[in-house]
Amino acid sequence: MRGHFIRASAFGVAAALISFGAWAQTIKVAYIDPLSGPFANVGEQGLAEFRFAVERINASGILGKQKLEVVPFDNKVSPQESLNQLKRVIDQNIRYITQGNSSAVAGALIEAVNRHNERNPGKEILYLNYAAVDPAFTNEKCSFWHFRFDANADMKMESLTTYMATQKNIKKVYLLNQDYSFGQAVKKAAREMLARKRPDVQIVGDDLHPLGQVKDFAPYVAKIKQSGADSVITGNWGNDMSLLVKAGKDAGLDVAWYTYYAGGLGTPTAMGEAAAGKVKIIAEYHSNVANNKAAKWDADYRKQAPKGNPDFYFLRGKIMWEMFAKAIAEAKSAEPKAVALALEGMKYQGDLGEVEMRKSDHQLIQPLYVLTLVKAAAKGGPKEAKIDMENSGLAPITDARMEGYTSATPSSCQMKRP
Amino acid sequence: MRYEPLNLGRWVIWGAMALVFLVAPLVFSGGFALTMLIQMGTMIIFALSYNMLLGQGGMLSFGHAVYSGLGAFLSVHALNLIGKGAFTFPVTLLPLIGGLAGLAFGVLFGYVTTRRAGTTFALISLGIGEMVFACVLMFPGFFGGEAGVSTNRVVGQPFLGITYGPAIQVCYLVAVWCFLSIVAMFALTQTPLGRMANAVRDNPERAEFVGYDTQKVRFIQLVLSSFFAGVAGALSCINFEIVSAENVSPIRSGGVLIATYIGGVPFFLGPILGAIIFIFFVVALSGFTKAWLLYLGLFFVTMVVYAPGGIASILLMQIPVLRARRFGELALPYALAAAAGLVALAGLIGIVEMVYRLSEQGASTVLNVFGLSFDARTTPPWIGFALVLAAGLVALRYASRLVGARWGAIQQDLLARRA
Amino acid sequence: MEFFLVQTLNGISYGLLLFMLSSGLTLVFSLMGVLNFAHASFYMLGAYFAYQISTKIGFWPALVVAPLLVGAIGMLIERWGLRQVHKHGHVAELLFTFGLAYLIEEAVHLVWGRSAVDYRVPPDLDGPLFSIFTSQYPIYRGFMMLVSVAMLVSIWLALTRTRIGLVIQAALTHPQTVEALGHNVPRVFMLVFGGGTALAGLAGVIGGNAFVTEPGMAASVGPIIFVIVVVGGMGSLAGAFIASLLIGCMQTFAVALDWNLVGGIKMSQVAPVLPYLLMVLLLIFRPTGLMGTREG
Repeated sequence: MRGHFIRASAFGVAAALISFGAWAQTIKVAYIDPLSGPFANVGEQGLAEFRFAVERINASGILGKQKLEVVPFDNKVSPQESLNQLKRVIDQNIRYITQGNSSAVAGALIEAVNRHNERNPGKEILYLNYAAVDPAFTNEKCSFWHFRFDANADMKMESLTTYMATQKNIKKVYLLNQDYSFGQAVKKAAREMLARKRPDVQIVGDDLHPLGQVKDFAPYVAKIKQSGADSVITGNWGNDMSLLVKAGKDAGLDVAWYTYYAGGLGTPTAMGEAAAGKVKIIAEYHSNVANNKAAKWDADYRKQAPKGNPDFYFLRGKIMWEMFAKAIAEAKSAEPKAVALALEGMKYQGDLGEVEMRKSDHQLIQPLYVLTLVKAAAKGGPKEAKIDMENSGLAPITDARMEGYTSATPSSCQMKRP
Repeated sequence: MRYEPLNLGRWVIWGAMALVFLVAPLVFSGGFALTMLIQMGTMIIFALSYNMLLGQGGMLSFGHAVYSGLGAFLSVHALNLIGKGAFTFPVTLLPLIGGLAGLAFGVLFGYVTTRRAGTTFALISLGIGEMVFACVLMFPGFFGGEAGVSTNRVVGQPFLGITYGPAIQVCYLVAVWCFLSIVAMFALTQTPLGRMANAVRDNPERAEFVGYDTQKVRFIQLVLSSFFAGVAGALSCINFEIVSAENVSPIRSGGVLIATYIGGVPFFLGPILGAIIFIFFVVALSGFTKAWLLYLGLFFVTMVVYAPGGIASILLMQIPVLRARRFGELALPYALAAAAGLVALAGLIGIVEMVYRLSEQGASTVLNVFGLSFDARTTPPWIGFALVLAAGLVALRYASRLVGARWGAIQQDLLARRA
Repeated sequence: MEFFLVQTLNGISYGLLLFMLSSGLTLVFSLMGVLNFAHASFYMLGAYFAYQISTKIGFWPALVVAPLLVGAIGMLIERWGLRQVHKHGHVAELLFTFGLAYLIEEAVHLVWGRSAVDYRVPPDLDGPLFSIFTSQYPIYRGFMMLVSVAMLVSIWLALTRTRIGLVIQAALTHPQTVEALGHNVPRVFMLVFGGGTALAGLAGVIGGNAFVTEPGMAASVGPIIFVIVVVGGMGSLAGAFIASLLIGCMQTFAVALDWNLVGGIKMSQVAPVLPYLLMVLLLIFRPTGLMGTREG
């Protein structure tokens, strides 16, 4: 019994010393995303970009003697596995986590972080979300310990529909989405916002298909054709996106595809030329954007990028790390609570304009772009389509820039502050 | 007055098991270690319930996660209701709710599935598993969509200071339920139902002739098995505080099948061993190497080919030899085989790790295996590990021949002695 | 009218693709009693091999070489793996192929990475075949249908008209007698298994570029193939053909028809679950499937 006590207290002292030492030297951030399994390429993209960002920030000296470090944890896109990994993160005394792939995982992490912080005051964990876009996380599920750096699904739809409202040639819109919370959110938002901004636009079809299970989109394409739609709004990603566009091309379907996630992480490669001129995306960045202050960063990243992930994709990741470092410097502390207080409400000069981390719901407000994928300049496309996506022959060009306020949807968040 | 000799072996084994359950959470008390123990305990119950179907009833099922998952969903809703104060119920007894939910679905699905046996049963279970998984994603109102349903296990009044906030309390909860479930399921194997299930497995026609309706026996066996699956589901819900479509996924069903098979289907303690090994592979090993799925797959396939009775069969085969006090003759051959196996394994690990590191984009090709660090791009490590692997395999071949020869000799003697 | 015609064509071509996928599985099951869980993984291998070959040499060589490669791998696996497990019973064989599926998938990840690869339809087959009113029907789909029907015809011919086919059929029910007559039954089984996997590989070559070639492709088609084999009847090739067409059309029309079901769920949302429902119902009431000869 006494031996146990001595051992425990020795361990405790050692851990305190180590963590104190760690605080003084390295601030670790756990990266919890898929690094094996079918979505590993997405997780690896984020990891590669984040490692690059951290290297640059450490080199810039903004944190003085302290260094940032990314520590990867593989969650295999499973909410339950993410909770296992969170336990390891806690064991290793890491106080910050970042994640983005899958709102399902994000939901589980927010709840787990809230519970942990409630049960362990003084050992709180902060969660930086760079891609999980379920609107709930900055509305009814908002949390003081969660910060989101990607425009959520509703915000993106708000910007997109504002753009679509100016396009007079859009008369009939078809909605096709994946049957889960994100797809359903996209569908709902599209209906409501189109009705508000262009009540003359007819919604001629509205389908939900099971996530990742449909191999043959030909029947859906035939339905779209029969409805006479000229535009399709879809939140599809991954295979669901590429197969849909390919099926559209096969059947000679002539519509504009308005999407969230057609731009990157394997999808341009899979869509191929079928997408040229037809696929539009709403995103916060693309490599051919005008006045691109991040152009050099983009080029530098590409020079050292791993073969399977050649593009620079997450500008919001760069902004996230820079704001995080600035918050630590301003708070003069690496304690999550102090950093959170410094981070909320922060206005930052991003590479494409000013961004703001809204204090009320911890949602970042940033400018967005509506872009179209066209044939890369090297393959005969327009001059400004210089840098192509993943060597697929497709390159993005801007249709419109949507300022931050066009997407700043109101929030229902009632945040409980500690 | 009846005199029954004290079955000392039985008391020792069960007592030792109880002791292990008591002490393990104190020894492995880190946060991650505790969560592993909890998952092992839950998996033990799940695998044992699965073996009630496969090992004892001869029913190969590809959709067993349906019962544990649906049990988990009902438990999580119950826990949320308890949290909101809709009714009072001790969290300690929540697995009962899970078990009853599993039982209800066992009655529902079991009635249709147990009308057939063999491969037909297996494929029906596969179909039902896929259907339930798809349905869970289609009804987000009840099942929470792909984010699942979250809950908080710290609800209600603390009982003797137990809130289930700290992991160690959950660990002991799981330990108690696990122990009770093991006792219950073992007791079931000793009942007429258990025996008839074995009979139905081995020779259904004869069982019918003896007067038992094989469909009814299978049905009851499945219903009881789904009760325990539901208990496991509820414990998983308490541990993770989230239940999602994963809990009913074909991957879960596949996982429990692999775990049970690795441990050993024909023996009662097989699933217990299998569950521990499986959780170790999936939860712990995945933290050390990216190749954990490959290792698990190779291990599983090796077991299927060379030891279809699982690890338990290998262990239990030694018992007659031990009893005849001739284990000493096998000690050296076993040691040689084990050493050869370890050498081959080391070579394999080296090569696999290097292959995986090279396939990883953007990671440095310098890696550290067994304390040696080297660059996977250069040739010497490849040659080195290949030689180690080859040497190990050759040595293993000879050693296993030696073991085989000694084993054969001993078996012959034992047979002769018995005759 | 256009809609109905287009959907019918879509349903038939999808069904024929499913038949291509499941023909190998039915063959192996009916001739060896082994339900090969790794069948979809061989499909994936075929697609990846075809990708590799078509980028280096061309599509048409890939069409021939890739299935042969996959068939060779299948034969090796039968010789060194399945044959050892055979003596432990059907359950062990099933589980062996189950584990094999995991291993093949990991191997593919290692060699080709975890993202989709750019396996494209060859340019000569890319384009519209004919137009139904305003909808185009792609050449490649027509090609798929052609290959699928050719597969059915050639398998049937091979089994019933050639000598080796008759030996195979005999070895199914009377292996000892056939062996006594001097035929090498284990080698026959090896050929059959290799043939089954080669068919899966061929399906991969054809299907891999129309649908995306990526690491998850095996897991996404795996379950549907089983449904077809079961619904068609375990042991019947004709049954598998009918079942594929049935399920292909059912899926297509379920999506096309916007019927409202219970609870605000539309028919099109339920579409992918329908095959499993069909399988379960069929198994309960008619376990031999539509045209099967054994209960399995």
